[in-house]
Amino acid sequence: MIGAQELYETKLGPLPTLTGKPTHYCAGCEHGTLTRLIASALEDLGARERTVLVSSVGCSVLAHEYLNVDAVQAPHGRAPAVMAGIKRVRPDLLVFSIQGDGDAASIGLLELLYAANRGEPITIFLVNNAIYGMTGGQMAPTTPEGMVTTTTPFGRDLHQTGPPLDASKLVASLEGPAYVKRVFLPVTPTPSPEFFNARGALEGARAVRHAFEVQQKGGFAFVEFVSTCSVNWKLSVLESKRYAAKVLAPLFPAGLYRDRFGVEAR
Amino acid sequence: MNADRDFLKGNEALAYGALRTGLNAYYGYPITPSSEIPETLAAEFGRGTYPEFRAFVQAASELEAINMTIGTAATGAKAMTATSGPGFSLKQEGISYAAAMELPLLIVDVNRSGPGLGNLGPEQSDYFQATKGGGHGGYRNIVLAPDSVPEMALFPSLGFELAFRYRMPVILLADAFLGQLKEDLTFPEVPAREFDTSWAVTGARGDHRHVLSSLHLELPDQSRHVEHLRSKYEEIVGAEQRSEEIATADAEVVIVAYGICARLARAAVRSLRDRSVRVGLLRPITLAPFPQDRLNALIDGGVRNLLVVELNSGQMVEDVRLVAEGRARVESLERVGGLLPSSGEVEAAAEDLTSSGDLRSALEAMVQ
Repeated sequence: MIGAQELYETKLGPLPTLTGKPTHYCAGCEHGTLTRLIASALEDLGARERTVLVSSVGCSVLAHEYLNVDAVQAPHGRAPAVMAGIKRVRPDLLVFSIQGDGDAASIGLLELLYAANRGEPITIFLVNNAIYGMTGGQMAPTTPEGMVTTTTPFGRDLHQTGPPLDASKLVASLEGPAYVKRVFLPVTPTPSPEFFNARGALEGARAVRHAFEVQQKGGFAFVEFVSTCSVNWKLSVLESKRYAAKVLAPLFPAGLYRDRFGVEAR
Repeated sequence: MNADRDFLKGNEALAYGALRTGLNAYYGYPITPSSEIPETLAAEFGRGTYPEFRAFVQAASELEAINMTIGTAATGAKAMTATSGPGFSLKQEGISYAAAMELPLLIVDVNRSGPGLGNLGPEQSDYFQATKGGGHGGYRNIVLAPDSVPEMALFPSLGFELAFRYRMPVILLADAFLGQLKEDLTFPEVPAREFDTSWAVTGARGDHRHVLSSLHLELPDQSRHVEHLRSKYEEIVGAEQRSEEIATADAEVVIVAYGICARLARAAVRSLRDRSVRVGLLRPITLAPFPQDRLNALIDGGVRNLLVVELNSGQMVEDVRLVAEGRARVESLERVGGLLPSSGEVEAAAEDLTSSGDLRSALEAMVQ
C-alpha cells in the first residue's frame, strides 16, 4: 500500500511528461484520465526523450498540448500511417497515438487495419465514447442502437446504419497485432453515493504500460478504452457513468483479445 | 545497378536517381503508368544495394502512402511517393497537411489521361492540380518538369534539395510518355548533401521539443501561418525560376512547352530554323514557380507571338496569358486523351504565327 501523499507525488502530482496546461476536456471525460496514464507510463519507462506522439483528429487533436513530448499532427484517420512512416525509419523511437472511434473506426479504418495487419511496431490507444465529440455529437461507428445523436435524432436505427462496429474484435481478427485489449475506463457508481469504483483506471494504467512494452518488443499494440461523453450524450457526469456501465460495458466487453508476447502473464 | 551509364525507362531512371541522392524511404500504391518506380525500388530494397534506403512499403492505398511519406519526412529523412493522376488526386489531402506542416517530401506524378480513369496515355492535365496547390486551403508547391530520361534521373536530387531548403513538398510532374520512354543516360555524380533537420521530430531533448502541427485554433495565428507560407513562396518565385531557351534571341515566335511537348517543340524549332524561320522555345523546368521573369524579358525584348503546346485543354496557357498581359498574342496547340501532336503540327502552328505565316493566311483568304 502507498500512502495518500506518496500517491499524489508519484501518480497525481505534476509530471515532467505533462506540460501542466489545463486540458480542454469536459468534466468527467476519460481523455484526461488517459493522458495522465500515458504520461505516467512514459516516465516509468524513462521514455519521454525517445517518444513521438502522433496527434489524431477529434477530441484528442490537442493531445500534444498536454503531453510534453515530440509530436506530429496526422490528417483525420491517418495517424497509423504517419506512425508507420516514423517507425520504419526510426525504430528506436516509441511512437503512439490517441485516436477516437470516428478517427480510427470510421474515416481511418483502412489505416488502422493495415497497420495492424502488417504488425507495425506502434501503439494505438482508442478512446471509444460512442459518439463524435469534437464535431458536436453526431453518430459514431460505435454508437449503440437507439442512442439519440444529432444525426440520429430519432435514435440509431440499425436497419439504416448497420450495427455498431467493434474495433477491438476487428483488429484481433488479424494475424498481425501482438497485443489487443479492451478496458472499461470510467469510474463506476457503487451502492454508496459517496464512493466510486476506479478499477478501470488501474487496469488502464497496466494496459498502457503493456502496450508500450509490446511496441518495444517489436509488436503492434492496440488498447480500446470504453469511455463516456456526458456533454454529447446529454447526461450528467454521474448519469453518463451509469449509462456506460449499463449499455456500453455489455456491448464492448472488456478483455484481453491478444497477448502474443505474454506481457500480462508476468 | 551501379554503373554510371545505362539505357532505362524514365520511371526506372527516376527510381535510381532517387536512390543515388540518398533516398531513405519509399511508400506507394501501384498505378499505371508509374508502377516501374516501386518495382525498381522494391528490387533494390530487397538487394540492399543502397544502405541509406531503409524503408519500402507497398501501401494499402494512396492515402496510406502519402501519410507514411509524411511520417518519415517528419523525422527529417528523405521520403518519396509516386503515382499517376487518380492517385495524385487521393494524395492531395496529405499534400495539404505536408505543406501546412512545412515537411520536405517528394511526390512524383506520372500524368496519364483524365478526368476519371481516363486512359494510360500521356497528358499534362494535372498541371492545375500540381501548380495551384491542389488540396484544400491556400498553399503552393514547387513543381519540376523533366523532359527526358536523364532529367528523370537528375530531378529527385534537385527536388530534395529544394524540398529541404524551403521545407515544403516538391512535385515532380512527368507524363506517361516520359515514364515509359527508354533513353541512354549517364548518371551524374550527386554529392552527398546534409540538410538542416533541426526542426525534425526525433524525441524531446530536455525542455526542447518539436511539435509539427497544422492546427492553429487562434484566428490570428492561422492568418500569420498562411502569410508565412505565402511569403516563403514569394521568396521561391524570386529565387528558383528555372527554364531552358533555344533560339529565342532573335525569335519572332516563341513556343512555350514543357515535358514531352518540349521535345516535339525542339524538333519543330530545328526544322524551322533550317528554313530560316525565326522561332524559338522557352521550356519551363519549374512549372511552379512559373518562369515569368524570362517570359517577361522575351516579351520586353519584342516577342509578340507565343505558342503554348500542352497535353490538356488549356492550363499552362493561362499562366502564359497572365504574364503576357495582352502584350503578346498567345495561341494554343492542345492535345488530350493520350494523343500527341506531331512535330510537323507544332512546326506548322508556330509558322502560322510568323509574319510570313500571317501573309500566307491572308493570301489564302483572298484566293477563297
